[in-house]
Amino acid sequence: MQTLFLLMFSAYFLGALVALSGGRGNLGRGLVALAAVVGAGAGFALGASVLLSGAPFVLSIPQLLPLAGGLALRLDGLGAFFLIVIGLVGVSAAIYGFGYSAAYEDGRASLRMLGVMLNLFLLTMSLVTMADNVLTFLLMWEGMSLTSYFLVITESNEDAVRAGVWYAAMTHAGLALLLAAFVLLMNGGSGAFADLRAGAASLSVTTRNVIFLLAFLGFGSKAGIVPLHIWLPRAHPAAPSHVSALMSGVMIKMGIYGIVRVALDLLGGGPVWWGGIVLGVGAVSALLGVLYALMEHDLKRLLAYHSVENIGIILIGIGAGLIFHSYGLMTLAALGFIGGLYHTINHASFKGLLFLGAGSVLHATGTRNMEEMGGLIKKMPWTAFFFLIGSAAISALPPLNGFASEWLVFQSLLGGFNLPVPEVALIMPVAVGMLALTSGLAAACFVKAFGITFLALPRSHEAEHAHESPLSMRIGMGILALACIGLGLAPFVVVPILGGVLNGLGGLPDTRAAFTSNLSLQTPVAFGQMSSTLVMLGLLILLAVIPLVMWILRVNRKLRVSDTWGCGRVGQTSRMEYTATSFAEPLRRVFAELYRPTKEVTIDFHPDSKYFVQSIAYRSEVMPLFERLLYDPFLRLMQSAARQVRRLQTGSLHLYLVYVTVILILLLLAARWF
Amino acid sequence: MIGYLLEFSQALLALLLAPLLAGFVRWVKSRLQNRRGAPVWQPYFELAKLFGKDVVMSNNASWLFRVAPYIVFASTLAVTFLIPLIAAPLPFDNIGDLLVVVYLLLLGTFFLALAGLDPGTAFGGMGASREMTVAAIAEPTIALSIFSLALGAGSTNLGQIVIATLTNPGVALSPGHLLAFAAIFIVSLAETGRLPVDNPSTHLELTMIHEAMILEYSGRYLALIEWASWLKLTIFFSLLANLFVPWGLALTLTPAALAIAVATLILKLAILGMVVAMIETRIAKLRLFRVPELLGMSFVLALLAVTSSFLLK
Repeated sequence: MQTLFLLMFSAYFLGALVALSGGRGNLGRGLVALAAVVGAGAGFALGASVLLSGAPFVLSIPQLLPLAGGLALRLDGLGAFFLIVIGLVGVSAAIYGFGYSAAYEDGRASLRMLGVMLNLFLLTMSLVTMADNVLTFLLMWEGMSLTSYFLVITESNEDAVRAGVWYAAMTHAGLALLLAAFVLLMNGGSGAFADLRAGAASLSVTTRNVIFLLAFLGFGSKAGIVPLHIWLPRAHPAAPSHVSALMSGVMIKMGIYGIVRVALDLLGGGPVWWGGIVLGVGAVSALLGVLYALMEHDLKRLLAYHSVENIGIILIGIGAGLIFHSYGLMTLAALGFIGGLYHTINHASFKGLLFLGAGSVLHATGTRNMEEMGGLIKKMPWTAFFFLIGSAAISALPPLNGFASEWLVFQSLLGGFNLPVPEVALIMPVAVGMLALTSGLAAACFVKAFGITFLALPRSHEAEHAHESPLSMRIGMGILALACIGLGLAPFVVVPILGGVLNGLGGLPDTRAAFTSNLSLQTPVAFGQMSSTLVMLGLLILLAVIPLVMWILRVNRKLRVSDTWGCGRVGQTSRMEYTATSFAEPLRRVFAELYRPTKEVTIDFHPDSKYFVQSIAYRSEVMPLFERLLYDPFLRLMQSAARQVRRLQTGSLHLYLVYVTVILILLLLAARWF
Repeated sequence: MIGYLLEFSQALLALLLAPLLAGFVRWVKSRLQNRRGAPVWQPYFELAKLFGKDVVMSNNASWLFRVAPYIVFASTLAVTFLIPLIAAPLPFDNIGDLLVVVYLLLLGTFFLALAGLDPGTAFGGMGASREMTVAAIAEPTIALSIFSLALGAGSTNLGQIVIATLTNPGVALSPGHLLAFAAIFIVSLAETGRLPVDNPSTHLELTMIHEAMILEYSGRYLALIEWASWLKLTIFFSLLANLFVPWGLALTLTPAALAIAVATLILKLAILGMVVAMIETRIAKLRLFRVPELLGMSFVLALLAVTSSFLLK
C-alpha cells in the first residue's frame, strides 16, 4: 500500500511539474494526462486494496507542519470508497482531457495552468479522503477548492470569471462554517480524528447540534444542496468538460463524504431531527434540481442541475439512514447509507459520462445550446451511444446502475413503517412520492436532452457539420459507460462491499451478508427482492428471441426509406421540429407556480395588413427563485454595508494617520489595564 | 422445473390474451354506443396485416427508431414474467418486485418517446413530450400505492402481497387498499392511454398523445408497438385484479387450480374491460392541461391510502 500511495503522490506531483514547463503539444499534454492516469489508477488500486484487505493505510509525518499534529493520513473503508470514486472518474477524465485540451493549443486558455491545476486538484482531493486530523483535512479541502477555482476559470472569458467569483465566494463561506465546526469539535484538544471521535460523546447536546448544523451547511455548500446550489449551474458549465465531469462527478461528493464522516463517524449519530433535516433538504434538492434542469436548454447547465438532483437522492438515503440510526434500527440504517453511497459512485459514473459526452458535443459544434443541435447521432455515433447509456442510467431505468441504487433508497424509505413514532414515520411516504416524481421527471428531462441533441434533423450549420471525437475522448467515455453497465449488473458485489465500508461506523453492525442472496438484492426478511443482473439477462434473451420468432414466422422483413409523412406538405425542414422549449412546455405549465414564467411575443406585421406577419419574436424566461428571493437581497445588504465602510476609507492620508494614532493609544491603554 | 414452465406459459397467455382484451373493450364500447362494432378478434387480424406489410421508415430516422420497437416489446413482455397472472408466488419473484415492474414499463416509455422524436416531425415531438409529462406525473401515485400495498403485506414482492391478502381477507376491504385501488385505476387509464387522458381510437388530432408519438411507425414495427401497448393494458388490469382481489390465483400447481386461475383471470379482465368501456362511453376527453389535476387527485388518494394504512396498522 505504501508503494501505491507513493506512486499516486509522485505521479500527480510530477504531472504538475511537467505541466509547469508548458504542457503544450502532443508530448506535453500526453505526459500530463499520463501522470494523472497513473495517479488516479494508483489511487483506485490503493482504495481497492484497503477495501479488500480491510486494514486501513496509515501514514503520519508529524515533523511536516508541526503545529496541530502535523500531516496525518489514514485511509479507512469510507475514505477508500471515495478514493475509488475519484480514481474511476479521474482516469477517464484524464484520458479524455488529452484529446479535449488539444483545442486549447490555439492559446484560448493556458495549458500550463490547466495541467498543473488538474494534477494538484486530483492530488488534494485524494488526500481529503485520507486526512486523519483537522489540519490536514482543512488544508487539503482548501487546496481542492482553490485548484478547482483555477480550473473553472481556465477559459478566462467573462462568463467563466464571473462563475469563478460565485464559486469562490460560496466555497469559502462553506470553509468558514467548517472551520467553526471543527474548532467546536476539537474543544481545545488535539485535532486527531481519533480524539475527536472519543471526545464527541462528552460534548454538550447544544454544542453537538451546532457542530452538526455548521458541518451540514459547510459540506452542503460544496455538495450543492438547495439553496446553496447556485454556484453549481454557473461553475460546472464554465469549466473545461473533463473538469466539469470531475467536479460534478467527484468533487461535490466530497461534501457527502464530509457529512457522513462528521455526522455518523465523528459525532456518532444524533437525534432524529438531524436525519429529518438531511432527508428534507435532500428531497427538496432532488425535486427542485430536476425541475430547474427541465427548463434549461444549455446542455451543460442542464447536467449541472441534475447534479443537484442526484445529490438530493444521495442525501435522501443518508437522511433515512440517520433517522433509523437515531432509533437504533441499525440494519435499516445501514440500508439507507448503503443506498446513498451506492448512488454516490453511480452518479459519479453516469454524470462523469454525460459531462464528457456534452464536452464532445461542445467540441464538435462549438455550442452548448441544445436548440442549435440535432441529428448528431448520425455524425457522432459513439458519443451518441455513450450519452444514451448515461441518459438511461441517470433516469434510473433497469438494468443500469441508477436503478439499483434508487431501488435501495426506495426500500430504505419503505422500511419507515418500523419507526415507533407515527409522525416521523409519515415523513417516509412523502419522501417516496417526491423521489418517484423526481425520477419520473428525470426520465422526461433526458428524453429531452438526448432527443433534442442527438435525434431528428440538425438545427444549425454547426450541427450539420459536426464530427466524431478523437479516440482518446471516446475511450474516456467508454470506460465510464462500462462502469454504468457493470455497477448496474453487479449490485450483489457492490452492496456487500459497502456493508463492509460502513461496518463499525457510528456503531453500525456488519451488514456484509444482509442485503444479498445469490444474484439478487434483498432487504431484510425478504421485504423486497430484485436482481438487475437477471433482468438484464432476461431482456437480452427476449431481444434475441423476438426477432428469431419473427424470422421463423416469416414476418415481412422489407424496409423502405422514404420522406417523413408531412400531412401532404412536401419538404420537411428542421424548423418544423419540436424544440427543447416546446418539449418542456407542458411541464412548465404544470409547475407554473414554481417557475413563474414570463412570456414576451413581438409580432412584426406587414405595413399593409395585419394578416401578413413578417416575423415573430418569442422570448420566455423562468424566474430564478433563489437568486431573486435569497441572494439578491443578501448581496444588496452587503453592498450597502460596504458603502458604509467606505466612509472610513476616504483616501486621505491625514485621516489614516489619525486612525493609526488613535488605535495605537487605545492599544497602549488596553495593555496598561489588562 | 414446473414453476419455470408456468412462468413461460403465463407470459404466453398474456401475450395471446392481450389483443383479445383490446378487441373486447372496443366491442363493448361500440355496443354501448349502439354500433355493431368489429368482432372481438379484430386486433389479431390487424397484427397479421401489419406483420405482413413493408416498413416505411423516415429518411431522417436513425438506428434508434429501428431498435426501439424491440426494446418496448421486450421490456413489456419481461413484465409478464414477474407479475402474478395465474399463480403465486412465482419462481421469478426474486428477480423483480413491484418497483422493477414499474421501472421496466418506464424503460419502454423512455425509448418510445425517443423514437417519437427521431423522425423530426412536429407530431412525434408533441406526442413524446406529452407522454413523458403524463408518465412523470403518474410516477408518484404509483410509488405511493406500492408503499401502501407493501405496508399491508410487509413486502414489495408481488407474491408476498398476494399471499398476505389471501391469508387475511379483511385487508382487501381496508380503506388503504380501496383508496390505493382507486389511485392505481386512474393511473392505469393514464399509463395505457385511455380516456379521459388520451383517446386510443383517434389518429389525427392535436389532442392525442400516444398515437402522435408512434405516427411514423408502420409494418412490423407498428405491430410490435401496438401489441406491446395492448400487453401493457393487460398488465395493468391484471395487477389491479390480482393484487387487490387475489382470489382465484393458483397457490398449488395442480391442473384443476390452474384451470380455475385462468378462468378467473379472464373473468376479471372482462369485468375491468367492461368498466373501462363504460367509462370511455360516458366521459369526454380532458384537456391536456387538466390531466395533471386528475393525476393530482389520484396522488391524493394514494397519499390517503398510505396514511390510513399507517394509522390502522
